Amino acid sequence: SPALELPPSHSLPGRAAALAAAFIAWRRGTPGRGPALRALSRARRQDIDGVGHKYHLEFVLEDIFEKDSTVNCTAEVLYHLGNKNAAPDVQFTIEGELKNTDEADNLFYNRIKSLKNELVAENIPDSYGNVPPEMEPIRALAWAASGYVIWKNSNENTKYQLAQIKHVKQVKRSDEYLEFDYMILLHENVSQEIIPWQMTVLWHPQHGIEVTQNSRQPKHV
Amino acid sequence: MKVLLVFFAALVVGALGEQLFVGDQVLRITASNEKQIALLRALGEREDLQLDFWRDPTKAGHPSDLRVPFPSLQAVKIFLESHGISYSIMIKDVQQLLDEEKKIMLLSKERERSTSTFDFASYHTLDEIYNWLDTLVANHPGLVSKIQIGESYEKRPLYVLKFSTGGSNRPAIWLDTGIHSREWVTQATGVWTANKLAEEYGRDPSITAILDSMDIFFEIVTNPDGYAFTHSSNRLWRKTRSINAGSSCIGVDPNRNWDAGFGGSGSSGSPCSETYRGPYAHSESEVKSIVDFILGHGNVKALISIHSYSQMLMFPYGYKSEPAPDFQELNELAKKAVNDLAAVYGTKYTYGSIIDTIYVASGTTVDWAYDNGVKYSYTFELRDTGRYGFLLPSSQIIPTATETWPALLDIMLHVQQHPY
Repeated sequence: SPALELPPSHSLPGRAAALAAAFIAWRRGTPGRGPALRALSRARRQDIDGVGHKYHLEFVLEDIFEKDSTVNCTAEVLYHLGNKNAAPDVQFTIEGELKNTDEADNLFYNRIKSLKNELVAENIPDSYGNVPPEMEPIRALAWAASGYVIWKNSNENTKYQLAQIKHVKQVKRSDEYLEFDYMILLHENVSQEIIPWQMTVLWHPQHGIEVTQNSRQPKHV
Repeated sequence: MKVLLVFFAALVVGALGEQLFVGDQVLRITASNEKQIALLRALGEREDLQLDFWRDPTKAGHPSDLRVPFPSLQAVKIFLESHGISYSIMIKDVQQLLDEEKKIMLLSKERERSTSTFDFASYHTLDEIYNWLDTLVANHPGLVSKIQIGESYEKRPLYVLKFSTGGSNRPAIWLDTGIHSREWVTQATGVWTANKLAEEYGRDPSITAILDSMDIFFEIVTNPDGYAFTHSSNRLWRKTRSINAGSSCIGVDPNRNWDAGFGGSGSSGSPCSETYRGPYAHSESEVKSIVDFILGHGNVKALISIHSYSQMLMFPYGYKSEPAPDFQELNELAKKAVNDLAAVYGTKYTYGSIIDTIYVASGTTVDWAYDNGVKYSYTFELRDTGRYGFLLPSSQIIPTATETWPALLDIMLHVQQHPY
């Protein structure tokens, strides 16, 4: 069936764009770079019989560290009908280059590797929106890893954002990877729920990010 | 207003320790022609009445302010009424106001003396905001007053600022911030905006035009129990703090508790849910107080309920997909408002009906207002779009409030220019 043009201000394409941005954050995020959705420019939707709803999107990404650093993207998001556990399919193209963060990444890597005691931190950002500069890479890693969790748990009726890192603890490893155990809070925009989520994140400058474990946690009453 | 402050200061100096002005009133009198000006001047000359013009009668159509000692009140009012000179009571009891002002001044030395020393660029506690309300009133007597419309579940007062230049039950605009307690940038924007309204009357032509014919009612901390809880225990608390029978979960979503599509699919029946609608419509005193106030007032022409985050400006409906009868006009006005907002710092907002723009939501404030005759019902979702979300850095408070101001003005001016 043909693709229908949708107003980019509408909620449904907005959710698809948020999902695409989260996916890109996971695939392209580093401790020095956090891609985030700036604005949705154009959206079309295709209802594919027996398969699902496919959104064709054009949007602008910014960086959580540098609001003025923007890049144009296109993406296709396919929400599968029927299988509730299947993550949506996302394909994307970034026009141009994202900022190179190799130097910053290596600095962060060496800094953590040389810590005598495991890094521990909580409430990032804090209640007042503050993020200590030395915690920015920790936040960026969570931003990227949460992109994976968001992608895996999204459907057409959800819109997730990373609300806060409640707690993060470094886990010392004997190999070259850095490992962090995060407890994050996701904000689900449709139900308005705050959902605690545990994630174990592995990272290495050359090998990228891996979420080796993640699980939804019970809500605080 | 600065002139009033000087007189005030003089009165306070004179009043320290003495009860000089009990029952005295300050009347705002507007002579409509030269003859009435002459009559007023003659009245002022009468020694026996001991009258004291705080603002002299100079021109027809321009207000003058007159302090009338209690014993002369009867005579002065009869005089004004018999000559058809219109007036309103600006200060009902000068001594009461002096006592209040003295109290404020003699209290803690860390108390903000002037609204201009209050730090608008940081987030404040409930107590700090409540204290600041009194400071604003004290600094703008005759324009701003504070009324209590009810109590929260935990018995905190629900305060509303009234901006009025007189008249009797003028058409009014209702503003609220902080109905969802975790949306901290909204209460902070509310404080800044209330201050701006008070400062700009008499300077900005739009605000002056609006306040010369309409009243503004502004509830800055619409959910004080929730707000206190975000400071003491859970920064991301959204709902009220009412106890739910038969459940260990606390709180009702105050923006699903209104009697407009109440109980529909855009809300939850589970007390543990963030969008729990409550046991029945208006079960929450925070909501009922506003309902009673607006219905009792009977002349509210616009309602703007401010939330965060998502950068959206929306109007009814949330509970149904059928467009509101005034969709066209509301949509056009929203478009203008978001354009003027974007012109300040480039912040992009989307706009449209609630159901189209964000999601189906039943029992919302704006849908209730609209269904009860308040044509211009809008809801804002302020900054940002998720980078910080609810945890917006305080450095963004003033930019957020600054860019939202022209959008608010657009709506209020349109309301003032389109009476119905």
